Amino acid sequence: MAEMDTSSSGGHKKGPGVKKGKKLSTRIDLTPMVDLGFLLITFFMYTTTMAKPKTMEINMPYKDPNMKIEELNKVKESAAITVLLSKKDRVYYYEGIGSDPNKAPDIKVTYFTDKKGIRDVLIAKKKMVNDMKRAGTLGPKDETTVLIKPDSTSNYKDLVNMLDEMNINDIRVYAIVDITELEQDWIKQTEAANPGN
Amino acid sequence: MPHAKLPRKSTHIDMTAMCDVAFLLLTFFMLATKFKPDEPVVVETPKSISDIVLPDRNIMLITLDPQGRIFFAIDDTIIDGHPARKSLIDSVNVHKRLQITDVEEKAFEIGPSIGIPFNQLKSFLSASQADQKIMVENAPGIPVDTAVDNPNNELAEWIRSARNVNPKLRICIKADKGTSYPNVHKIIRTLEGLKIYRFNLITSLEGLPQAYFDAHPEEKSGKK
Repeated sequence: MAEMDTSSSGGHKKGPGVKKGKKLSTRIDLTPMVDLGFLLITFFMYTTTMAKPKTMEINMPYKDPNMKIEELNKVKESAAITVLLSKKDRVYYYEGIGSDPNKAPDIKVTYFTDKKGIRDVLIAKKKMVNDMKRAGTLGPKDETTVLIKPDSTSNYKDLVNMLDEMNINDIRVYAIVDITELEQDWIKQTEAANPGN
Repeated sequence: MPHAKLPRKSTHIDMTAMCDVAFLLLTFFMLATKFKPDEPVVVETPKSISDIVLPDRNIMLITLDPQGRIFFAIDDTIIDGHPARKSLIDSVNVHKRLQITDVEEKAFEIGPSIGIPFNQLKSFLSASQADQKIMVENAPGIPVDTAVDNPNNELAEWIRSARNVNPKLRICIKADKGTSYPNVHKIIRTLEGLKIYRFNLITSLEGLPQAYFDAHPEEKSGKK
């Protein structure tokens, strides 16, 4: 218990036999306080998050169960590019929407790299569409259209990356569409033709 | 070799400055961060350039872990004087005839995301909090299907009930970047089946590449 020491009280006389109060330094050892400070910092660093999660808003095309497949194919073939997402972050793409089942399109493969990846392909496509608009081959309302078709071996990261590319390259018209069996065959054929990678 | 006698100095260092720094950093971390939300599973979201901040209220969170398990949660906004989570469990209870007691409803209200089928819900909610944690780890996830009318598509049921409780709910999908696409596809299909065509994908922030400024000339490239 905290008690006042009253034994040596009795005025302020300093006679012989009265012990002189030791003058204490006003310095305090701050080491424990520093320890505590850093301990708390460590705690906060581990238990908190710095960044608030961000979100990406997507709009899926309106789907009417009665709508026919043919109506979906209204997209201008020359303004469209189809992107197939596959395993190991591979991106297969071809011009057009592959509406002719008998003629396999020229399927190329690329990756999500910064240089010479899918981004450059999209930029080139956009430029081409703009040129065609100027030349009058495409109407002024036609826009670069990207059909994103992830296959069953692709992962979510690829999809988000692809949607991100749409934002980066300012492509307004795009859709996530189910992959067709034909396209899966095309991927397999392309894979078989390039066994190296 | 004679060497100059150095005056002996005390080994004590003045800790005041260090103490100042420590507490300054502490204050910074306390103010600049917020506590990690209680997550049922660890999910690493993919990165995107999107910088829309996720609001705190009116959120429906569908978590998808790398194995494809689905967890469902809504935030506890007060709707018409009732906490949304309580109204949700009430409505699910009535619809699915789960015979959940008031105590178990309370457990749902304060509890974590739900990642189990309806038939295990009652036993999950009556378990202690420690047991619930273990059960969440081994949870099978909410059953889902590409067809929304499938009676096994319990996620559709949860979404439907939650939207009845709080129509302003913003639907957010938080999926792990390694999740394979068919799992995501099922959720998207379910949402489409419920005539929800607009939803959010939760991502973490990534720097804008140069191509972005080339495509959006109205934005200054200085803003990074």
